[in-house]
Amino acid sequence: MSSVAKKKPLLWDYLTTVDHKKIAILYLIAGGFFFLVGGMEALFIRIQLIKPDNTFLVGDAYNQVLTMHGTTMIFLAAMPMIFAFFNAVVPLQIGARDVAFPFLNSLGFWLFFVGGVFLNLSWFLGGAPDAGWTSYATLALHSKSHGVDFYLLGLQISGIGTLAGGINFLATIINMRAPGLTYMRMPLFTWTVFVTSALILFAFPALTIGLALLMFDRLFGTAFFDASLGGNSMIFEHLFWIFGHPEVYILVLPAFGIFSDIIPAFSKKRLFGYSSMVFATVLIGFLGFMVWAHHMFTDGLGAVANAIFAVATMAIAVPTGVKIFNWLLTMWGGQIRFTTPMLWSVAFIPSFVLGGVTGIMNAAAPADYQFHDSYFVVAHFHYVIVGGVVFGLFAGAHYWWPKMFGKILNETLGKITFFLFFIGFHLTFFIQHFLGLMGMPRRYFTYLPGQGLDTGNMISSIGAMFMGLATIVMLINVVYTAIKGKKAAGDAWGVGRTLEWSIPSPAPEYNFAQIPYVRGLDALWVEKMEGDGKMTPAEPLGDIHMPNSSILPFVMSVGLFIAAFGAMYNDQLKNHTAVGVLILGLFITFGSMFLRSWIDDHGFHIHKEDIADEGVEA
Amino acid sequence: MNQKFTAETFPHNPEKATEEGKNKFLAFWLFLGGETVLFASLFGTFLALRNSTAGGASAAEMFEPKLVFIATMLLLTSSLTSVYAMYHMKNFEHKKMMLWLGITVLLGLGFLLLEIYEFRHYMHEYHFTIKSSAFGSSFYTLVGTHGAHVFVGLLWITTLMLRNGGRGLNLYNAPKFYIASLYWHFIDVVWIFIFTVVYLMGMVG
Amino acid sequence: MKHWRLVSLISLIAVILSACGHANQSTLNPQGEVAKMQYDLMKLSTLIMVFVVAVVTVLFLYVIVKYRHRKGQENIIPKQVEGNHFLELLWTIIPVILLIILAVPTVSQTFKLSDEKQISKDEKKKDAIVINVNAHLFWWEFEYPKQKFITSQDMYIPVGKKVILNLKGQDIKHSFWVPSLAGKIDTNVEGENKMWLSADKVGTYNGFCAEFCGPSHSLMQFKVKVVSQADYDKWLADMKNQKGQAVTADAQEGEKIFKQSCIGCHAADANDTRPPAARLAPNLANFGDRDMVAGIAKNNEANIKKWLTNPEAMKPGNLMTGKYGDLSADQIDALTAYLTSLKIAK
Repeated sequence: MSSVAKKKPLLWDYLTTVDHKKIAILYLIAGGFFFLVGGMEALFIRIQLIKPDNTFLVGDAYNQVLTMHGTTMIFLAAMPMIFAFFNAVVPLQIGARDVAFPFLNSLGFWLFFVGGVFLNLSWFLGGAPDAGWTSYATLALHSKSHGVDFYLLGLQISGIGTLAGGINFLATIINMRAPGLTYMRMPLFTWTVFVTSALILFAFPALTIGLALLMFDRLFGTAFFDASLGGNSMIFEHLFWIFGHPEVYILVLPAFGIFSDIIPAFSKKRLFGYSSMVFATVLIGFLGFMVWAHHMFTDGLGAVANAIFAVATMAIAVPTGVKIFNWLLTMWGGQIRFTTPMLWSVAFIPSFVLGGVTGIMNAAAPADYQFHDSYFVVAHFHYVIVGGVVFGLFAGAHYWWPKMFGKILNETLGKITFFLFFIGFHLTFFIQHFLGLMGMPRRYFTYLPGQGLDTGNMISSIGAMFMGLATIVMLINVVYTAIKGKKAAGDAWGVGRTLEWSIPSPAPEYNFAQIPYVRGLDALWVEKMEGDGKMTPAEPLGDIHMPNSSILPFVMSVGLFIAAFGAMYNDQLKNHTAVGVLILGLFITFGSMFLRSWIDDHGFHIHKEDIADEGVEA
Repeated sequence: MNQKFTAETFPHNPEKATEEGKNKFLAFWLFLGGETVLFASLFGTFLALRNSTAGGASAAEMFEPKLVFIATMLLLTSSLTSVYAMYHMKNFEHKKMMLWLGITVLLGLGFLLLEIYEFRHYMHEYHFTIKSSAFGSSFYTLVGTHGAHVFVGLLWITTLMLRNGGRGLNLYNAPKFYIASLYWHFIDVVWIFIFTVVYLMGMVG
Repeated sequence: MKHWRLVSLISLIAVILSACGHANQSTLNPQGEVAKMQYDLMKLSTLIMVFVVAVVTVLFLYVIVKYRHRKGQENIIPKQVEGNHFLELLWTIIPVILLIILAVPTVSQTFKLSDEKQISKDEKKKDAIVINVNAHLFWWEFEYPKQKFITSQDMYIPVGKKVILNLKGQDIKHSFWVPSLAGKIDTNVEGENKMWLSADKVGTYNGFCAEFCGPSHSLMQFKVKVVSQADYDKWLADMKNQKGQAVTADAQEGEKIFKQSCIGCHAADANDTRPPAARLAPNLANFGDRDMVAGIAKNNEANIKKWLTNPEAMKPGNLMTGKYGDLSADQIDALTAYLTSLKIAK
């Protein structure tokens, strides 16, 4: 760390930081925390379903837990942990000192966090949302408590944060690559972040509108989804899924990117078919917007619509299959080292393929008339989300932990986590395919005895315990490593191919003492093979311009948090206290925006004398 | 940041002459892409619900061509005046830029006031409110969201003018003026769609 | 590790084969033409997908075994292969072909099952069997429009004949699913959906709500009773005569209570001509014949009494809770006697 950085108290440092590396840690901690919350919710669900007619968690209470499990895992656990890696890795991989908009980066985090806290406060304030993570309009309008309002407002706030993050990374990747780093020399993880950010930019506004219209109906008495006044609840479904389908690609593409970096590294081979992989990523992103109504096959849209969306959905299998084969061929002829990140990456391949093929089965619309809203679909999406995204997050965490924290996570504990989780995952979800085929609908809090569903559910519940255990072991690993872990080198694993491994672990405050010059794909590997293993600087050593930290992003987010309470209880503008709270919150937020615009902020400089003479390590 | 410019030394594209300016320029276009999807969703909802009047008055009965035409002219002209302002900015003519920005704001304000009058007219004459039917909800939400964007734009440009009135043009504030004017053009383009889809299609039936 | 996967895979397949599911409820044991068509498509897609999984698995296992890092290789750098155009084409074109093989029957079957115009045409035929399905929180109503009567919870259809359903949600969105006979279709509030199905064998088949609808979504189950044509014709005729009149003395006592406390929502006369929006509760005209109470508990005296005493405990969030005040044990006994007497005369 540069000696110039004024020593701030830790809490204040993290509350005001605009440094992408610290923001990455914030995302990781928050996302990790919510992963635990969502995991507890999953365990409660599986405990309830371990036997028929169980009374552990029933009726509306069960519905709240299942809604929060899905909502928390997708919006508050998976997405933030993905953003943790965007932040920790992308600026380093492109040879930049930070993202394009550090202040906005911080704002994105705090908005996400505040939205997540607001949503979870519902547990203590009258009940969590109970209309499913999809919150379809007729059910959501029918729900009596404020739970759904917490959902609508909380996700709206978090969503703005995510959108800001998407724009930030697009601008960063387009404008701030180091000299010589053309698009086709970018690491594949950065490519997937690029495409994912574009998906975020175009998908989240549809969600924004869907949530807003439902909120208007619930809180202000409008008639968008009220059939008696001419409304139509299918509009919500369209808006939700126009967001919702790209959302699952937002989740999985970064995981693909993580595997595309790890597999070459631990096979000692370059990524096979790099240009095909780039093209496949872009194609998956694009096609992801063309298929949303496959979630609505049973709505009665008609044969033409169903047929079109069925065929479009099947098309996505092609670029995805291309990726699978390219990963396998990357390992072909290599020297595979089964470190923990590599174990997760390797296990991902067959696991994700199983999920992908059931996706194609769901795409066959008439077959989907049987699969839809049954445990077959639950099995499918857990296979792709857990087998794809969660495996990717575990892999990325292990792989980049030294770059973020300066230490490698303990390999033995890592392998124990892996095996427990892998076994638990397949135990839990494989049998669910058959539960669905045997007539068990989803979102059921119980099933009747004598319907043939007992054994499968019990097996599934036991599997969940394994995953819970695995997570505990991972937590132990994190603590153990913090206390006893060995310091890691810049090229922590010794196999680094990309730029982040050319600087110390953890990265210094300014990332690169001198912006490097990139000579080819796998920039560091090129130097190892053809040079001296060190990056050539693209600029002389000089003063480094850094952005100032600021408390305003935190304050702006808190303002919206306060405003959300006012909005929720406003009772169509009749509750004057609530309206006052709403105005106060908005005043805090817009006031902060005004201050940010009015007060000049030109950052500060780290002087060249103070830059630690570490050079750029190989 | 403290660099002093003259009309000769000021870059041709001051809004893109710094790294910060380039980033802001790009990011704002990206943001407008997202806003396009936002408005497209509102348009889609409106198109689906525009005939769901729940027994109340329809668009053909309520909308008045004259009012809508004047509003459109005000907003379109304000877009033109913002172009003039940017032209002067690139020529380092600070005072003229401020003049045309001021006219832009006045025209935009006129548009907003007219729109408020229009909404009140519907509510009093026809009891056509955001709650009276699905058509009402989608009309006021779409047109109202646009109006809110106009309002934000006016605040934005006014704040920029107040803050930078006394300190002339430089490479720090030029990008700020530029993206505010981009935003203003975007709102104008959205209005053209509203004019066509909501008012013209509504009046023709 | 690799062995573990193979062993578990094989044992799971054994489990699969032994548990194809009950014939009255499983999509893997189709009992009607539509479910059979869907099962055929499921089998085709499974076959193609198993092939894909097999190819990937074989390649995968080979790679991770053969190219494992071995001691002494530390200083050897493997050949850095950029790619292979031929392979890229191969693993693009073959999946496309496989998808076309799946897409053609998919599109064809979609039109066979979901062409609303065609179903409407079929509905207008003279001998068409038409049932209007109304989904409620948390029960099912079946209206026989040609015969002009209403029933609930148990839907009777004749064996081997095409039945056309018009489906609507009366309060919020639900979904009608009888897995062994046909795939599901949503019951929307905004408009009617149409589907058709038929059953090959006489029997009782389980039906479920398949669109998340609230606290008792899991408990909104119903039955499809497939009977012979002769039995069906007789049932239709008998239902017209189900007017809910009590015959025995016990039942008459219960009928009095029913007319005070229940008639606001429930009808006991199958010939209920009120509009759908006014029919707030299941029609009970043939309640005594039904398999289940409230769709989920065996229809016997104990369960009827349990339901009447505390409906909320059996079906959280149901709309009968709190609607009829407290009933004494005697009143409940009388009502039970009345309700069990509501049967088709033998």
